[in-house]
Amino acid sequence: MTGISEPLSAPLEVGFDYTRSLGPVLGRFATALRQRRIEGVRGSDGRVHVPVVEYDPITAEALDDFVEVGQQGTVLSWSWTPHPLEGQPLAHAFAWALIRLDGADTPLLHAVDVVSPQEMHTGMRVRVRWSDAPVGSIRDIACFDPVPDDAAAGGTAADHTGEAPPLPESTSEQQEPVAMTTTPVHLHYRHSASPEESQYLRALAEGRLIGQRCPACGKVYIPPRGACPTDGVPTTDEIELPDAGTVTTFCIVNVPFLGQRIKPPYVAAYVLLDGADIPFLHLVLGCAAEEVRMGMRVRAAWKSRDQWGTTLENIDHFEPTGEPDAPYESYARHL
Amino acid sequence: MSKHLAAVLGTGQTHHASRRTDVSMGGLCREAIDRAMADAGLDWPDIDAVVLGKAPDLFEGVMMPELPLADALGATGKPLIRVHTAGSVGGSTGNVAASLIEGGVHKRVLAVAFEKQSESNAMWALSITPPFHMPVGAGAGGYFAPHVRSYIRRSGAPDHIGAVVAAKDRRNGSRNPWAHLRQSDLSVESVLSSQMLWDPIRYDETCPSSDGACAVVLGDEDTADGSPGSVAWVHATSMRTEPTTYAGRDQVNPQAGREAAAALWKQAGITDPLSEIDTAEIYVPFSWFEPMWLENLGFAQEGTGWKLTEAGETGIGGRLPVNPSGGVLSSNPIGASGLLRFAEAAMQVMHRAGEHQVPGARTALGHAYGGGSQYFSMWIVGTDKPGGRR
Repeated sequence: MTGISEPLSAPLEVGFDYTRSLGPVLGRFATALRQRRIEGVRGSDGRVHVPVVEYDPITAEALDDFVEVGQQGTVLSWSWTPHPLEGQPLAHAFAWALIRLDGADTPLLHAVDVVSPQEMHTGMRVRVRWSDAPVGSIRDIACFDPVPDDAAAGGTAADHTGEAPPLPESTSEQQEPVAMTTTPVHLHYRHSASPEESQYLRALAEGRLIGQRCPACGKVYIPPRGACPTDGVPTTDEIELPDAGTVTTFCIVNVPFLGQRIKPPYVAAYVLLDGADIPFLHLVLGCAAEEVRMGMRVRAAWKSRDQWGTTLENIDHFEPTGEPDAPYESYARHL
Repeated sequence: MSKHLAAVLGTGQTHHASRRTDVSMGGLCREAIDRAMADAGLDWPDIDAVVLGKAPDLFEGVMMPELPLADALGATGKPLIRVHTAGSVGGSTGNVAASLIEGGVHKRVLAVAFEKQSESNAMWALSITPPFHMPVGAGAGGYFAPHVRSYIRRSGAPDHIGAVVAAKDRRNGSRNPWAHLRQSDLSVESVLSSQMLWDPIRYDETCPSSDGACAVVLGDEDTADGSPGSVAWVHATSMRTEPTTYAGRDQVNPQAGREAAAALWKQAGITDPLSEIDTAEIYVPFSWFEPMWLENLGFAQEGTGWKLTEAGETGIGGRLPVNPSGGVLSSNPIGASGLLRFAEAAMQVMHRAGEHQVPGARTALGHAYGGGSQYFSMWIVGTDKPGGRR
């Protein structure tokens, strides 16, 4: 085995705008937020939960005794966020805080917009800053602002900063209770290949197919895995394989779906390369889909060399060689 | 130390549908739980521990949903265990709950499983291609269709067997008030004329995407003996796992399934499953998996499972009614689908299956599989206490 080089890695983006149905309790909380009101729910022990909980933490009974609470509250604890992440309430540095709203007994986690951690302290008073166009989501609370001491002491007269703009005129749809909310979740991974897979991928970039043989059972794996899944021993014995093989089994994908990268219909086939002991999934073209058969002999159709990278996609597809089909017995144990 | 006896005291499930937008995830679970608790005649203080199962978190985009769901599950202040074995998870959830009683740890355990597929798109979630790979994957159907083709080739089964299963299961589903699809008018011919999705799997041979939940209350021998209604005694439980791929892996008749079944029959003292099991709820998300699993479970010799199906022996009134509830082909809230199989098996031997009751059923199998046929979980439940019948 040649010297170890850095394993390959590449970005992997996974994202979906999840649609949540809220049910009667969370739905009422969201509906109130759209009206720039905050409602809690009273539990069996008399505590008012904000945000609402659907079921009592003590008795597990369904809760429905709603209570409107204040839009100011007290910071019970906080943590400074110097470098906010994508999707967080504010794009600049802010504090996450546990805020107990006036009239509530449980704290709400939200952002407090201050310029430095020196402006944060436990026990400080904060008030809601509403978003301009509420939709019925926790995001209708844009964040919290500190309440100046005089305002906190004096009541309403000085309370003119942070006034929310008037509510947009509501459409008839907005007068319906809120039943759904959308939760975008977008994850940015860096996917790393193993050292053995990296060697295989680098060989692919040169148009070669590299597998590994298990020293115990002698089985040849492509892609190589670095260890035999049957014997649990390291595999170091490299084998170069030809780009021809046999279709063991396959399906014809006729169904379009979200995120699909090959236009249906297409044949997804398990191709067992000559000399390999495990097939991999690839695309078969070069004949009508209904002509693809178990046992069909196929050869790789490579993309043009200038398009090669460290990926199995260098092989655009497999296509029939025209040889007689492989006998069933030759691949039956690979099904 | 010998094992303690465990029994199902009550079961509950939701109305399964493609979109249950009237409830939250917690509300969905509670529908099933409230029905199971009422069926068992128990209340929250009676429950010692809660076991939750659901399929991959990517389906709803909530990491560790057992934490925010703890209140809805009545688990606050009690042990709460999350089980995760892909599509088989509902079955594994039932088995873990049973093991907590059989091991003498708890007296009464609530098992809950759910999926709210409408919150995202399972086909998308199961088809994410990591870098460097060929993007040919096409969801669960795309994964299993080649192996169905291998089964057909290996067994020599006629092409219409899958359609026989689909028509039978959907007809059964029409007798089940909870089922998502209730299609009494499906025929073998109409299934065969439905669209080919992942050749050789057709549209009508494919499970739906469902929102739904299932709950099962299990109890120890004393609680079961004092139960106001009939109970389903747990005679055996079994789980096995194998890697998704390795050289020489049998994808049609996986070793893990064969070994799980062999262990199950041995534990229950069953030597001839086809004669000794009265009905089976088997995880059949694509119709051809009925004959495949009949063989894998040992109800039929390898290559002959389709003959039972073709002869009508797996219909209600046949030698081994399979999926009298309509099965996964009629309702598929993925995480709950396995527990539904286990619960429906229990309902049969408790004689509480209503219009889809198999007359006189006293011993039933519940079965689930998941991942790339790499997880298997199963149980046998009976009207009589283990050892009390023969």
